[in-house]
Amino acid sequence: MNALRHHRALTEIWGTPRGWRGTMISVNHSDIGKRFILAAFAFFAIGGVLAMLIRAQLATPDSAFVGPAIYNQLFTMHGSIMMFLFAIPMFEGLALYLLPKMLGSRDMAFPRLSAYGWWCYLFGGTILIAALVLGVAPDGGWFMYTPLSSKIYTPGINADVWLLGITFVEISAMAAAIEICVSILKLRAPGMRLDRMPPFAWYLLITAMMMIVAFPPLILGSILLELERAFDWPFFDPAHGGSPLLWQHLFWLFGHPEVYIIFLPAAGVVSTVLPVMARTQILGYGAIVAALIALAFLSFGLWVHHMFTTGIPHMALGFFSAASALVAVPTALQIFAWIGTLWNGRPELKLPMLYLLGFFLVFVLGGLTGVMLAMVPFDGQAHDSYFVVAHLHYVLVGGFIFPMMAGAYYWLPHFSGRSRVPRLGEAAFWMILVGFNLTFFLMHLTGLLGMPRRIYTYTDDMGWTWLNLLSSVGSFVMAFGFALFALDVGLQIALSRRSRRNPWGAGTLEWAMPIPAPAYNFASQPEVADRDPLSGDPLLALKLARGEGYLAQARHGWRETMAVDSSSGAIDHVVILPGNSRLPIVTAAVTGCFFLSVLMGYYWMALLPVMAVIGLGWRWAWALGSRADVGPMAIGKGQTALVHREAAGGPAWWGSIFLLVADSVLLASLLFGYAFLWVVAPNWPPPQTIDGGLGVAIMTALSGSAAVFLARRSEASGRQGSLGMAGQTAIGAACAHGASAIGLLVIGITALPPPSNHAYAAVAWVLLAYGILHALVALLCAAFVRARIGGGYISARRFREFEITRLFGDYSGMVILIILLCLFMPSIAL
Amino acid sequence: MIVGGCGGPLSTLDTAGPASSDVATLWWVMLSGAAMLTLLVLTLLLLAFSPRNRPFKNGGRLWICWLGVAMPSAVLTALLGYALILGEGSIAEPVPGRVTVEATGHQWYWTFRQPGSNSVIATRGVLHIPVGQPVDVRVGSADVIHSFWVPRLGGKMDAIPGQINILRIQADRSGVFEGQCAEFCGLNHATNRFRVVAHDERDWARFQQEGGR
Repeated sequence: MNALRHHRALTEIWGTPRGWRGTMISVNHSDIGKRFILAAFAFFAIGGVLAMLIRAQLATPDSAFVGPAIYNQLFTMHGSIMMFLFAIPMFEGLALYLLPKMLGSRDMAFPRLSAYGWWCYLFGGTILIAALVLGVAPDGGWFMYTPLSSKIYTPGINADVWLLGITFVEISAMAAAIEICVSILKLRAPGMRLDRMPPFAWYLLITAMMMIVAFPPLILGSILLELERAFDWPFFDPAHGGSPLLWQHLFWLFGHPEVYIIFLPAAGVVSTVLPVMARTQILGYGAIVAALIALAFLSFGLWVHHMFTTGIPHMALGFFSAASALVAVPTALQIFAWIGTLWNGRPELKLPMLYLLGFFLVFVLGGLTGVMLAMVPFDGQAHDSYFVVAHLHYVLVGGFIFPMMAGAYYWLPHFSGRSRVPRLGEAAFWMILVGFNLTFFLMHLTGLLGMPRRIYTYTDDMGWTWLNLLSSVGSFVMAFGFALFALDVGLQIALSRRSRRNPWGAGTLEWAMPIPAPAYNFASQPEVADRDPLSGDPLLALKLARGEGYLAQARHGWRETMAVDSSSGAIDHVVILPGNSRLPIVTAAVTGCFFLSVLMGYYWMALLPVMAVIGLGWRWAWALGSRADVGPMAIGKGQTALVHREAAGGPAWWGSIFLLVADSVLLASLLFGYAFLWVVAPNWPPPQTIDGGLGVAIMTALSGSAAVFLARRSEASGRQGSLGMAGQTAIGAACAHGASAIGLLVIGITALPPPSNHAYAAVAWVLLAYGILHALVALLCAAFVRARIGGGYISARRFREFEITRLFGDYSGMVILIILLCLFMPSIAL
Repeated sequence: MIVGGCGGPLSTLDTAGPASSDVATLWWVMLSGAAMLTLLVLTLLLLAFSPRNRPFKNGGRLWICWLGVAMPSAVLTALLGYALILGEGSIAEPVPGRVTVEATGHQWYWTFRQPGSNSVIATRGVLHIPVGQPVDVRVGSADVIHSFWVPRLGGKMDAIPGQINILRIQADRSGVFEGQCAEFCGLNHATNRFRVVAHDERDWARFQQEGGR
């Protein structure tokens, strides 16, 4: 088959139909990635306009431009949009678009999940922007400290918009995190060992793992605060055994790693673009990976530096101060590795390099002020002043926007297939650089002169007038710079001449394809033998297009891509990915109905979309699989491999593992909250604790364990091919899970005080609800397996669905034991 | 000593007490260190673009071990030690006989209570302290989180419902020092201000007698 016919056959399989229908059903990673990037840029523009309104208000003292009510919405939404609707989705989009191409793969591991995440992001973001337009946007700061965000002090729906809208958007972040982990670990080109991955993949792998651990505390905090606002469950109310500091701990447990979650993907862009700009290879690949891992661990140990002034114990201050300073070391290592790379090569001042130099200047200054803020006595003065505003913008704009702009110009030819319009980009760069520094460099001084954050006006006698005016002027220069950037990109896409392939002479695989990229990425997948496959073999793109790699054959309409052993890169199996589907957009819309019902206060009505999501989830899983065995299939180069349905350790298994890790972090955060309140909050011990229910608890634990045991029997029967037996045992397991759920509910009703009575009861009820939810999920999984046996999807070769079921069943059995221990141990011990 | 342009009613650099002047010194030290490090990085960057033959080709050990790890570790250790010693000196430890006042943040004003010669003195918006001796401020809140901050006297301390935090302040000369709520506390956070009046010995005795009337 010649290259053109091959291209048509593959496009038929991987492509997206034209028009609206295609837009709604596409699950292709390039489509989804580009949409994330475009939408994130649109939200960036909205956030930027809010920032300009802020600067217009602060330009002069005693300004009457906007009042405090609107101003508070402006800065709350500016922060929330830039964090949740711009920075995270922007790098998610870049990762979705680039990762499969860099890894020599054809798509991400869970294409429908990427599409679902995209729609959740779009719908959630729309809710937030709609609230802004209607004038009911969140106004309690992007950090939403309680009790200001509690019902008494924020009676309107402003805070609910934040809690529900952001949680909705976070679904997409969690989806992307799980998907990125699995795709990097499993879906690579054969031969790409972990140490042959491009640095960008390492950065994204670490980032995604951090997201899996960092987001659950915030999701939990949002759930608890929403429960307090909606039903008076007093988690954060000191009068009833709650603590406002619990919110701060949960928020910053997320909030600090979040900074590195935003920085690392951008640093990955630096590590990718900088060596190409200097015509060399990155210095200290291994040391950089080690630094990343150190950074990931350290970043979870320094959230308290946002709370130095909350009166926490003195020893803790010293510890967290040291940890906050220590985190500068792995960052410094990367900075000097990059400079060393430049020294080793022959750097050229092309536009991406210009942005990288801007990154060095801005980010190093931000890092140095970060070290200053880590010093407790200095933080006492600078905390919550404009010094911190300056610092965080130096870190986030320097550490995210400048590298991403370098990346934008570097990869734009890949997106558009065109080369740049001359000179416009340089003008935009200088406006952004000068405008940024004029705006924010002065703010260090404004802060030291005592201007606190989040004040809507000030008087002339404070001595901040000229500083604020110059900052405002600078911000408008910067805004024009970004507008010019948008214009430049638009011109390049619409008007510019075509670019040649691999215009920068890069060595990574995303350039081993025609640009703009075809829907299937690679007509055949490469065999990788080093870190820069394209440098070693400049004709690689042609060879792949001619079908000289793996999976060159287009067959059965299957979307095939190779899965490898996660560390050695040896061929493992072939994954057949699901094709275009309406399920993601429908499920996201129904999910949105749930959030809207809760937002409007129709709590009972919210159960309807929950039922619908369960039904859709069932269909989602049902649509996969096959009723026939495939056996070893040819993959090219005279080799064969199994399909993922028949092989161990497929994407679904890995995805479930990462989902359960995130889930267990949520539980751990809840248990941390339980212990924290018990030890720290006022008005403990509670007036009433758990009373009785031990008998039911023992029965619940037994039935949870029985379910775990039965699931194993069911799997063993299924593997041996006795499907009737397997089906019956699966039903038994489902019943046992159901019995545990009922047992937990009975404990709550008979033995616990009502949740609004005290923070103790509220946390205990949430623990029970967590257990009930997981028992029900395990029940559904067991029932699903039973139905799949009936449907003929299970055979002695195709029994992998048992393994997934077992994971969720085991997890449910385990958490029920943990929850019961945590509820009953204290009352027995006391 | 005020460097030009560093004055102002809320300036952390125009200091009037030991805590704030310690921090100001720390700031000037850190500023000079940061300036030197920035200069180092920018010089190394510029040299990378110079056309002549550069030394340290493939110098992984120099870039990563020395500049990347050893240099920042040494700088940070020194700085941390300095800051920890400074922090140790400013901890509020209970001492009998020390002047103790209660400060309570409200939406959107501050109230203060302290023992007088005859009865408890309660004030609103103004806190009276004696010059030249440390004062323990017991910071609490009546509603949401606020933060007690008098920049010319020292760092801030959050006012959190359900707990009392202690901050030690001291004024070295008599006068009026502006205070400001530093934690966002809702609609009128910007105008949630107060004053600290530091009295010399004679005025202080009179204040305690008359309760500031």
